[in-house]
Amino acid sequence: MTGSPLGAAVEQDGAMTVATASGLTTSEIVYRVNDLEVRYGGEPAVTDLTLDIAPREITAIIGPSGSGKSTFLRCLNRMNDLVSGAEVVGRVEYHGHDLYAPEVDAVEVRRRIGMVFQQPNPFPKSIYDNVAFGPRLRERRPAGLADRVEAALTRAALWDEVKDKLKSNALSLSGGQQQRLCIARALAVEPDVILMDEPASALDPIATARIEDLMAELKRDYTIVIVTHNMQQAARVSDRTAFLTTDVSPGGGRVGRLVEFDSTDVIFTAPSDARTEGYITGRYG
Amino acid sequence: MISGTSRRERAAEVAAHAVVALAALVGVAALVALLGTVLQDGLGRLSLDFLRDPPSRLPGRAGFATAILGTLWLMGIVIVAALPVGIGAAIYLEEFAATGRLTTLIETNIANLAGVPSIVYGILGLAFFVRGLGLGFSVLAGGLTMSLLVLPVVVIASREAIRAVPPTIRNAALALGATRWQAVRGQILPAALPGILTGCILAVSRAIGETAPLLLVGAVAFVRFPPDGLGSRYTAMPVQIFSWIGRPQAGFRSLAAAGIIVLLAILLLMNAAAVVVRNRYERRRWS
Ligand SMILES: Nc1ncnc2c1ncn2[C@@H]1O[C@H](COP(=O)(O)OP(=O)(O)OP(=O)(O)O)[C@@H](O)[C@H]1O
Ligand SMILES: [Mg+2]
Repeated sequence: MTGSPLGAAVEQDGAMTVATASGLTTSEIVYRVNDLEVRYGGEPAVTDLTLDIAPREITAIIGPSGSGKSTFLRCLNRMNDLVSGAEVVGRVEYHGHDLYAPEVDAVEVRRRIGMVFQQPNPFPKSIYDNVAFGPRLRERRPAGLADRVEAALTRAALWDEVKDKLKSNALSLSGGQQQRLCIARALAVEPDVILMDEPASALDPIATARIEDLMAELKRDYTIVIVTHNMQQAARVSDRTAFLTTDVSPGGGRVGRLVEFDSTDVIFTAPSDARTEGYITGRYG
Repeated sequence: MISGTSRRERAAEVAAHAVVALAALVGVAALVALLGTVLQDGLGRLSLDFLRDPPSRLPGRAGFATAILGTLWLMGIVIVAALPVGIGAAIYLEEFAATGRLTTLIETNIANLAGVPSIVYGILGLAFFVRGLGLGFSVLAGGLTMSLLVLPVVVIASREAIRAVPPTIRNAALALGATRWQAVRGQILPAALPGILTGCILAVSRAIGETAPLLLVGAVAFVRFPPDGLGSRYTAMPVQIFSWIGRPQAGFRSLAAAGIIVLLAILLLMNAAAVVVRNRYERRRWS
């Protein structure tokens, strides 16, 4: 990890202590997003986004469809680089360093910031090979690979269910197991942050509960950002919540904006913006 | 009461049924008639010696061996030359090329090339490989001409196979910090391989059946010995059949029929292989 531009930058990041709005110090903040705008083919999809993401917390992003939640999430690990026509303006700082600086290698960024998608997307290979894929990207034969696979599966609360069939195809698992496998696969590269885009929306309530328990467990060591449409889920698992909505832009198109960002308690009990309250109460009484 | 379909509708239904059934029948009947004649003419001439003997001016002694080996050489050259280039081009176009005018131009061109009559490839091969590069009427010139002919097919089939891999697989690999190439090599290609293989088998079987371009680049019917190197003169199965059919003696007609049986058997076998590969692939599709 060291030696890369990003790695070096993160490690020399000293103990600057400037108080910020959210009560954290800059050296602690994982992401500092400032005046971010993302455009697709020149049209802004989300604009004017400013928020900080704190370490070892779960930050939930909620809001109606099309408000730019996934778009925002993809800015945090530079997955938007892969979308043709997407353009990111503004600043995203990761541990005090500009994530979009020219010397930053997007591939290296994605090795530190894991992502879990809405649809479980295991590779059509064995369970073991799925988890081992990340570690094998860096070295042909990573030391202690089997242990790392076991550790990742254990952390993802899947080990007991799959330890006897590591060689079977990952597609033979249930949807919920597949999603936990995807989480294990992300954990195996030892990331610092895990981004989750509606990770439980394709799962039944029991599988969803397991994912939520798992998130509460993982937050001790990882910073988690989750996009969800499920209000109860946001209320249950997250520490802070950002509410995005769509506005009509001056040009006439629809554009996503951040309405409110606060601790989850405040957002769900005493939101300061009427639109937040309307969204939370309107949809889930 | 539920009102039934009108008489007219029912009549149209019956008529349409009859017409399409007839169309299907014509196709099958033509195939059966063709196969019947060929089998009748050729089965008697089919033997191990036929497969082992070189050609001869006497129909009773002529065999198919030189042509079979010539075709194998052509196939080998196509596999070595066209498949890597075609698959590579497909990977480039699907995974690396920026979408833009140039890419669109290349794509349109490849699609059009697949529809160019094969004789045109023969002319190109004659001008470029035989004369331009000075390869002469060698099996190498023939194989390279055939490679050009099947290249668009390989590219198109491989691209389709790559495109059939769900984008979620690509995103999963890239989100784990794979480079483009690591994602391609580690996940996308293995997942697309059965489809690519199917396309390649069909492309090579097309090369086996083509005659016209080979006539232009120097495959000749009467070669006593199979190629012993890339510079050798050669013949191929369809060329040999073509020349036998042109002879007046009845003996050669049955020789040609026997040759057609061998050629058809090989083509059917290859197509069956393609179907097997495709079916196995379909069974383990992504959910
Ligand atoms: N790849 C893309 N190309 C063009 N436009 C896009 C692309 N992805 C998203 N958009 C547009 O950007 C806007 C925000 O989309 P995004 O997917 O971020 O919303 P979302 O909040 O995640 O919605 P949902 O809740 O439905 O997932 C939408 O108007 C969408 O049409
Ligand atoms: Mg989304």
